[in-house]
Amino acid sequence: MDSYVCTVCGYVYDPAQGDPDNGAAPGTKFEDLPDDWVCPVCGAGKEDFEKE
Amino acid sequence: MKPIEIAKGIYDVGVNDWNISDFHGYSTPYGTSYNAFLIIDDKIALIDTVKAGFIDELFYNISKVVDPKKIDLIVSNHTEMDHSGSLARVMHRIGQDKPVYCSTMGEKNLGLHFRQKLNLQAVKTGQELSLGKRTLTFLETRMVHWPDSMFTYLKEDKILFSSDGFGQHYAGCEKFDDQIGDAIMPHAKKYFANILLLYASLIKKLVQKVTELGLKIDMICPDHGIIWRRDPGKIIDAYLRWSDQETKKKAIVLYDTMWHSTEMMANSIASGISAEGVDVRPMYLRKWHRSDIMTEVLDAKAVVVGSPTLNNNLFPSLADILTYMKGLKPKNKIGAAFGSYGWSGEAVKLIEQELTTMNFELISPGLKVHYVPGDEHLDACYDFGRKIGEAIGKAS
Repeated sequence: MDSYVCTVCGYVYDPAQGDPDNGAAPGTKFEDLPDDWVCPVCGAGKEDFEKE
Repeated sequence: MKPIEIAKGIYDVGVNDWNISDFHGYSTPYGTSYNAFLIIDDKIALIDTVKAGFIDELFYNISKVVDPKKIDLIVSNHTEMDHSGSLARVMHRIGQDKPVYCSTMGEKNLGLHFRQKLNLQAVKTGQELSLGKRTLTFLETRMVHWPDSMFTYLKEDKILFSSDGFGQHYAGCEKFDDQIGDAIMPHAKKYFANILLLYASLIKKLVQKVTELGLKIDMICPDHGIIWRRDPGKIIDAYLRWSDQETKKKAIVLYDTMWHSTEMMANSIASGISAEGVDVRPMYLRKWHRSDIMTEVLDAKAVVVGSPTLNNNLFPSLADILTYMKGLKPKNKIGAAFGSYGWSGEAVKLIEQELTTMNFELISPGLKVHYVPGDEHLDACYDFGRKIGEAIGKAS
């Protein structure tokens, strides 16, 4: 599973850890995050992420 | 001078920092101000505090309006220390348990700045807080320019307290845009170029969000510099323009030099660029501060960079400005490299690598001169300048 980096603030989405505070359980692929998911650090949308 | 009643019952109780000349690496020849706003209603609110060291002046200003102990609540729009540095001492003075309203990220970040217990109350976009006759509405503005940043809107008075947004590092006797006129715009531009440029796409979204929320704005009160009341739309329009990174038919030639050879090249390149009808300025790195260079980069179409090769590397000042520029993510630029060298001559290649990383459209190959340029080399620099100028003309 690929990690994705936020091009706005540098946060890295690691699918192994997910984003449990915002409803993404560990093991959730970046592609499977809902469209309205935003970067937990800066609020950027999924379109602002790039594969690490 | 302070406090200033900016609207009925609303006061700027902030302070001028006349003497600061280096604001975390940003040159501030006119100093700056740390604005803080006191709202007198059934509940008394203080929006933002000031940098540590200015708390006595803050309390002096507040005391001219009301006993500081009567303040009921604080709004912390931004965690950065120039606005929160005195927060813990303010709470100690007005009452440790009184609420501090901040964004969710503000709650987290204030907790990482101040280890003592504060009564932090996290608020979300659209959440309202009644002061009695007036209502505050909060608007999270993550990464404009920290994760914790937020705006606070006072709907009855149509005032937007915009934290660092729309600010300028400027200390003066003027407090409003109508008092200073267009002389404030270069300061606002410098602030945008050095603090906000890398968040340009978020700023556009934020302005859309404000429009969607239907907020009517009669006055914008940033935490630095003057207040926009005559024409708040003017600075909003400027922000949209700067966020689009619109460029002019303009180039800057940044360089450092050890024995004037790279300087000679810079001046000839600038002459060539100018011959193509492009506005150009050579900027010697030991004369120009990095933050003033970024202000010029903002609307320049081309950034031409020159460095001598020192010990197989860039001259250190070039590494400074290129690192700084890369972080601020300028877009839509043409780039080119040049430099004099004695033996190995790596600098031009290293500059080109940096410019490529920044996605500049490179005019290559760059120009290298072995030791001191002769007339034929200066002619080549001039021609290189014309080639750059021509590319700028085509792109403009």
